[in-house]
Amino acid sequence: MSTDSKSDVALSASRIRGFFEGPNTIGNSTPFWIVFAVAVAGLAAYPQLTDPFTIRLTTRYLALAFLALSLCFVWGYCGVLSFGQVAFFGVAAYTFGAIGINFSSAAGVTAALFGAIVVGTAFAALLGYFMFYGGVRDVYVTIITLVVALVLHTFTAQTAGSQWAIGEARLGGFDGMTGIPDLTLGFGSTAIVFDEVTTLYYALLVSLVATYLGLRVLVNSRFGMTMVAVREDETRTATFGYNVPFIKLVVFTIGGALAAAGGVFYASWGNYIDPSRFAIAFAALPVVWVSVGGRESLLGAIGATLLIERMRTGLSDGVGGVIGSEWALVIVGGLLLFVILVMPAGVAPYLDRAGKRILDRFSDDSTPSSPTEEVVNDD
Amino acid sequence: MSETSDPDVRVKPAVAATGGDQDAVLATEQLTKRFGGLTAVDSVDFTVEEGEIRCLIGPNGAGKSTLLELIIGQLSPTAGDVYFDGQKLTDLDSHERIDAGISVKFQSPHVYEDLTVAQNIQVPLQRTDRDVEAVRAQTLEQVSLVEQADVPAGDLSHGQQQRLEIGMATTLDPTLMLLDEPVAGMSVEETAEVAELIKSLNNDGMAFLVVEHDMDFVREISQQVTVLNQGSVFRQGSIEEIETDEDVRRIYLGENA
Repeated sequence: MSTDSKSDVALSASRIRGFFEGPNTIGNSTPFWIVFAVAVAGLAAYPQLTDPFTIRLTTRYLALAFLALSLCFVWGYCGVLSFGQVAFFGVAAYTFGAIGINFSSAAGVTAALFGAIVVGTAFAALLGYFMFYGGVRDVYVTIITLVVALVLHTFTAQTAGSQWAIGEARLGGFDGMTGIPDLTLGFGSTAIVFDEVTTLYYALLVSLVATYLGLRVLVNSRFGMTMVAVREDETRTATFGYNVPFIKLVVFTIGGALAAAGGVFYASWGNYIDPSRFAIAFAALPVVWVSVGGRESLLGAIGATLLIERMRTGLSDGVGGVIGSEWALVIVGGLLLFVILVMPAGVAPYLDRAGKRILDRFSDDSTPSSPTEEVVNDD
Repeated sequence: MSETSDPDVRVKPAVAATGGDQDAVLATEQLTKRFGGLTAVDSVDFTVEEGEIRCLIGPNGAGKSTLLELIIGQLSPTAGDVYFDGQKLTDLDSHERIDAGISVKFQSPHVYEDLTVAQNIQVPLQRTDRDVEAVRAQTLEQVSLVEQADVPAGDLSHGQQQRLEIGMATTLDPTLMLLDEPVAGMSVEETAEVAELIKSLNNDGMAFLVVEHDMDFVREISQQVTVLNQGSVFRQGSIEEIETDEDVRRIYLGENA
């Protein structure tokens, strides 16, 4: 790359951009970043454009997007299909409630936020350790993780009695744990409490964008290449001296942390958590979001979550009195089948290729694209 | 080689079957593997000297591939030990043995089909502290895949994939390379290219242990040959000695001598 033709500012900007770009993510071109910035700005302006009720619903979708990212990361990038990311989501949600209800000061709730993510992450690490060092692979990981979620469902559902309480926090059986505090950061009078619809919305939006960008850096790093190598051929990767169980454990633990963060946000959003978050209908949703959006696309997973959840909300009111709410999951299932048959890699990679074709047509007579963009073409 | 090393480290130097050689990079000692009633590898003592190309031949079922898997640690032995550079490997995990300086290419091609050739090379290379850009360029040159750098590895021909795999294994800069039938299913030209590649890497000091059936190829690359039969070392010697040995001809080369 020639240094003399570029100013220092442009050079350092392109170097920073280099961290976010690589063969393992779609969108490594200037037009992509422009569209991305517009989309984020649109989401930031959204509360000014719509009613608080819609914002409240959208905040819930943002919390669920963390769950989608967690599955996209472990399945799409490392080939570990977990059906139980909801287990870490739910455990963190219950933990946040248990700590937050017992220590309801600002510092207590802040501690609950971090404590719950630590507990959810540690749970994923423990489960991952026994699976990956025990040689559990492929579909057996899927089965074990699903069973873990279902066991937690059965367990939490029978905790209706008053003996099932952690301090003042009652697990509450099928009704779930109620009275979970709002998300809080800091201590004493200086603490920020995200108790309004829009403040929680912005807190989650900022967290989601930061997490997305952080994951882009990670999957385009050398570690990301290692994850992809494990996904593509585990045995071969081991013969290069990679400690495959350890890599999968690290990835699964990070995935657990993402799901746990989503669980905390979810619990503080609705101020409750109930056993249905461990049930099979909810456990299947991340797989649907990620499959539809594109397993190997972080952005696809987020986009699909927001849109599918918005669609489910719409369907739950029924459509024109003809299609009742009971059809919501059937329609989501149909969408999954459609996408898998028509665009096996998911919607986002499909749109990415279509977008590139359009750009190519417009830039036929211009100079060849920069090196970073050439790398993308093999994605 | 200097013998100043402290006695604890070298307390149990490998006993080489060919006579206590200090330059052995790899040595097995009474290495045995049983699967149920079948003894696949039976008390094998053999060595690979520093910088040599040793071929391992023998009839089907002689235990050649099992021996490789024991050396690399994908199987654990029923009895006996493996030594590498004087270090006992037997209790190490497979990935630790690769860190010690052994690379391996198994029989069936195993490239990352959806990744490009350049990315394929990057995967092993990025584990080392070598300069990724420079070594990748050099490796592409070495395996004659410069023009295919951005092609998905799944689109390469069989021969190109085999070369790519050897190239990937060399990026770890191993002391010893294990190759299981590197020219199986290759054309004459492709076989010749692989032979050249192995010889040029060997000139730079890399030792090879090659399992191979193609005797023309063995004759082309090999300095020393070990013949396995029914899990045991049957004969060892130079290619000329092996090819003229009547017993070897009878059991393996398929002639009634």
